[in-house]
Amino acid sequence: MSRTVVVAGHGMVAHRLVEAIRSEDTDGQWRIVVLGEERRPAYDRVALTSYVDGWDAGALALPGADYAGADAVELRLGDPVVEVDRAAKRVVTAFGHVQPYDALVLATGSRPFVPPVPGHDLPGCFVYRTIEDLDAIRAAVERARAGRGRPAAAVVGGGLLGLEAAKALRDMGLSPHVVEMAPRLMPLQVDQGGGALLRRLITDLGLTVHTGTSTEAIEADRGRLCARLGNGTELDVDLVVFSAGVRPRDDLARQCGLDLGERGGVLVDAACRTSDPDIYAIGECAALEGRVYGLVAPGYSMAEVAAAVLLGRDAAFPGADTSTKLKLMGVDVASFGDAHATTEGALEVAFHDAVNGTYKKLVVSENAGASRTLLGGVLVGDASDYNLLRSLVGSPLPADAAAMLAPAGADGGAVGVDALPEQAQICSCNAVTKGAIVKAVTEDGCDSVPKIKACTRAGTSCGSCVPMLGKLLTACGVEQSTALCEHFAVSRAELFEIVRATRITTFSELIAKHGKGSGCAICKPAVASILASLGTGHVLDGERATLQDTNDRFLANLQRNGTYSVVPRIPGGEITPDKLIVLGEVAKEFGLYTKITGGQRIDLFGATVEALPRIWRRLVDAGFESGHAYGKALRTVKSCVGSTWCRYGVQDSVGLAIALELRYRGLRSPHKLKSAVSGCARECAEARGKDFGIIATEQGWNLYVCGNGGATPRHADLLVSDVDTDTLVRIIDRFLMFYIRTADRLQRTASWLEDLEGGLDHLREVVVDDKLGICAELEAAMAEHVANYADEWKGVLDDPEKLARFTSFVNAPGVPDPTVEFRTEREQPVPVLLGVPEVVSR
Amino acid sequence: MTAVPELAGLTWVRVCEVDAVLRGGGVAALLADGTQVAVFRTQHDEFFALSNRDPFSGAAVLSRGIVGDVGGVPVVASPVYKQQFDLTSGVCVEDGGVRVRTFPVRVADGVVHVGSP
Repeated sequence: MSRTVVVAGHGMVAHRLVEAIRSEDTDGQWRIVVLGEERRPAYDRVALTSYVDGWDAGALALPGADYAGADAVELRLGDPVVEVDRAAKRVVTAFGHVQPYDALVLATGSRPFVPPVPGHDLPGCFVYRTIEDLDAIRAAVERARAGRGRPAAAVVGGGLLGLEAAKALRDMGLSPHVVEMAPRLMPLQVDQGGGALLRRLITDLGLTVHTGTSTEAIEADRGRLCARLGNGTELDVDLVVFSAGVRPRDDLARQCGLDLGERGGVLVDAACRTSDPDIYAIGECAALEGRVYGLVAPGYSMAEVAAAVLLGRDAAFPGADTSTKLKLMGVDVASFGDAHATTEGALEVAFHDAVNGTYKKLVVSENAGASRTLLGGVLVGDASDYNLLRSLVGSPLPADAAAMLAPAGADGGAVGVDALPEQAQICSCNAVTKGAIVKAVTEDGCDSVPKIKACTRAGTSCGSCVPMLGKLLTACGVEQSTALCEHFAVSRAELFEIVRATRITTFSELIAKHGKGSGCAICKPAVASILASLGTGHVLDGERATLQDTNDRFLANLQRNGTYSVVPRIPGGEITPDKLIVLGEVAKEFGLYTKITGGQRIDLFGATVEALPRIWRRLVDAGFESGHAYGKALRTVKSCVGSTWCRYGVQDSVGLAIALELRYRGLRSPHKLKSAVSGCARECAEARGKDFGIIATEQGWNLYVCGNGGATPRHADLLVSDVDTDTLVRIIDRFLMFYIRTADRLQRTASWLEDLEGGLDHLREVVVDDKLGICAELEAAMAEHVANYADEWKGVLDDPEKLARFTSFVNAPGVPDPTVEFRTEREQPVPVLLGVPEVVSR
Repeated sequence: MTAVPELAGLTWVRVCEVDAVLRGGGVAALLADGTQVAVFRTQHDEFFALSNRDPFSGAAVLSRGIVGDVGGVPVVASPVYKQQFDLTSGVCVEDGGVRVRTFPVRVADGVVHVGSP
């Protein structure tokens, strides 16, 4: 007979507890009843600010947090515990349900701290903690937008949370004021020097920072709010967001007489046990040995400890690493170890580069020479050394502290990975040490970053240690080749630049001058694609025909029996009845199987090589053109029906989809490109699963990039929001051309972004802010593509030499492959399988 | 099709003019008995002939593969699942246990012929 553990609260830590119990409790000791206050299951509160990107609460969902199919777990939401009866061992919920328990885990989290200033509860004042808080802030921003003038907001609190809130408001199009009582931003994480730089960088991004001053009062003022600061400043704003820290929610413990921490929080020992042996507390509501942790990682540790103890094992809180690294509006901020040099005798070494906007400080022990250890540090503006430095905390310094702070590349600068001790943690997300990675490389034969990832799990979560994995490989003597293949020692991106710079237009010349041998099935199509991207003639011109994969060589898609399928372009998925009839007639005449594709087009299957030109003659005459379903090129731009018909549409998604598909049709790229346009936030076109997806807003368009469906689905990231059509097109032009120039062969945009150093922020810097100064050139390249587009199939039909190659047999033109046979299934022709192949393909 | 008798037991079948096979490309030929032969021309104007049938898929498509080299050995990559076949021996590069049939090939007076038994 199983016992019942009641979990009060369903946040990230509570969810981790349930998962831990479920995975360890193999003999069913516990039935778990979760009583949550919020009406939705636990979600990724750490990523709350990203909710602004698409207002999609689903994107914050934690996998498995609804415990579907888990019989041992009962999840009751929207009905929090309001009373604990320790004597009777039962809890009472807000709705009056009585739930007995054998063990009770308090995981009630924390509440935002709202300073008791006059007016703090006026309409227009908000906190920043839940999805509902953000929805309420958004509604207020919308209301303010409807009024006169540019909406404004004040954020009270300039710590981690305050800056997150400021970022969210900025993403909603506001220029917020941040008010911080301490003399600097993020006072807990950074020191005076780092804070000063952070302030400068944040101010550059359009925020106004007020430090060293309090908020004295909030007053209603002609439909708006006035925030009066201690230094006399008055801020006219539409809304005020309080994000001045959190307080543990220990009310239940208080009510039932459990011991509390000195500064609040439910007092627990290292096993997460309260003063009542049947009651535990974990996460932000707990004061573990007196200390409250406001971070998720220590909360997760507590969840693991409590789960183990509930299952009868000994476990103790391993101590918490309160190191922090984050990117705020593109600004790196990190602090680790004893960042404020509170250790006795600690010494500080700082490097402030105002020109490049970086600040680095190391805190070291006072002992001299080889026994001098690293205690902690602060990094602002560039936190690329964070993983390395943090892994060194507690270890002797491998080099002079000042040398370690020098920019990488400078003489004697930045310590290398080879200087790290074996036990240094390279991947902190998955707790993978340098020793484990070195072993994977030297003993288990991992000779590439992907293999190390698969073998050790290092670099599979946040990815920030991936560059270090590459350096470790090099340190182990493994050469990482970026060579395209055995014929070209350079990467695809480098080859692209060579072709662009030298204006070479043939494969023979390129391989003679920059490669060796005669090429292969890797480099030939890659070069063909590069030549096509640079717009140098028809893909089947002369020698070019021999470079193409069979799909590009026959401008159709090879199927398993050696026949091809034909996909005419149907821009945006919009088609006239007359054209539909033509497709039906062509399919009937040539005996083709027809199917609707996922890209809102019609695929005609079963065409033999010699039938392709005749089929296309009919299609071209009817006004169709190649759909490039066979190419590493733009495929389709899907659309929902949009504002023309839909009751909910806010923009003409079909019109935009057609315009985009016609603009980018024929554009050759490292891999296929897919796109979609949704006419409203309901996202019926599934734009966020595309390489570039556009979602209509009331003000314009949101552009999402680098999404993917397929085997590794990825939601696209918001690149710009609320832009007009011209701006949108300009940014897509730049984005596509930048991808085409820099991606690897057969690398979709999603994995390209993953590999791109600096990630989405860097991409935005390049294609939105034009940091590299190449945008004009990228736009010009796209303009050239658009101007020179010509239908590939028409090009074949107009050229007898190309047409002559559409034969199955050179010595018997017009004779189709006799091994191709069809049978009928569901009233359509399908291939007769070609006997059992001699070997089974893996 | 013109058959040119020569050598004991071998019939040379005319396939096409040399220029009909692009350098670094391939064509297919249909023999009288229905056999399909893939004829390839390398970058260095050498000619090779293999069975046109890809053993991994059963489809008669090898002539539509990309011609190249692996460490200097001329190969064609099947367009279906991309295995490569040594043009000189028909042996699969990725799976040495798999081999496709080879045919003798010659060029005479600017015309390509394959030998059929």
